[in-house]
Amino acid sequence: MDIIKSVHDEITTINQFPDFKSGDNVSVSYSIKEGAKERIQKFKGDVIQIKGHGATKTFTVRKISNGVGVERIFPLNSPNIVDVEVLKRGKVRRSRLFYLRDLVGKKAKIKERKIFK
Amino acid sequence: MNGLIGKKIGMTSVFGEDGSNVACTIVEALPNKVVQVKDQDSDGYNSVQLGYGAAKDKNVTKPMRGHFDKAGVDPVKTLVEFRDFEIEKRVGDNVTIEDVFEEGDIVNAIGTSKGKGFQGVVKRHGFKGVGDATHGQHNRQRAPGSIGAGSTPSRVYKGMRMAGQDGGRRVKVRNLRIVKVLSEKNLILVQGAVPGHKGSLVIIEK
Repeated sequence: MDIIKSVHDEITTINQFPDFKSGDNVSVSYSIKEGAKERIQKFKGDVIQIKGHGATKTFTVRKISNGVGVERIFPLNSPNIVDVEVLKRGKVRRSRLFYLRDLVGKKAKIKERKIFK
Repeated sequence: MNGLIGKKIGMTSVFGEDGSNVACTIVEALPNKVVQVKDQDSDGYNSVQLGYGAAKDKNVTKPMRGHFDKAGVDPVKTLVEFRDFEIEKRVGDNVTIEDVFEEGDIVNAIGTSKGKGFQGVVKRHGFKGVGDATHGQHNRQRAPGSIGAGSTPSRVYKGMRMAGQDGGRRVKVRNLRIVKVLSEKNLILVQGAVPGHKGSLVIIEK
């Protein structure tokens, strides 16, 4: 295990993003290469899972697009992820929010966690 | 054929230049000692015998001790012969990763696959099983089906694929790409899976 970690330390660059948790509403800026052109696509949705650790950590973002649920798994340390912006902090009671898949409409909404400074 | 003996460390993934996520296996290959060099005059063919892993004194038999003494090297656990080794080496020399591999090389990986125990034909040979769960079928979903004709030949042909021990045998996986070579750590990253469990012996040949 330590050898695997040492390999990651050498090869993978860890992305520095603002801290986010399951239930947070985020906007992921992902760079897409089309031939020679490069553009940035944003994927906006709720984080429903954060999985793994270290260099191979991933997170899943779920959004409703045209009435269809869409989930996308991002490797946290992918060089293609330009930025992760936290739009809203969610108030949830578990770290894996798979129950959202079975809910529609207002029930599928995550309550916002208000932070008072 | 050039090669090295190493140890499977485990799997991970690294990012390629285009940002793609590449699954790869980490193989640790410490410098291998050349124990014997065979050539056309001495043995009728060219090969190099490499040794891996220090052996305990009590585990070395007398004949093997003689073999190691002749080469003037410390006893090793594993000896593997590589035919037509293209790198010029003499007995007692070390063969390192740098000597043999570089990034982008296409290699074969040989190892002992994970033991699966006694398995049926569906897992062992990829049979589809017989028929449906319904339509009068009973207890047949993972059955092998017919194993041959009746009165002629009135026996089962040799080599008929049946249930039995699966895994735990020598497997060679061909055409794996070397993603990265970390020579100061004696590590190679091979794209894809390599047979065997973590810590098992792996031969990487080019």
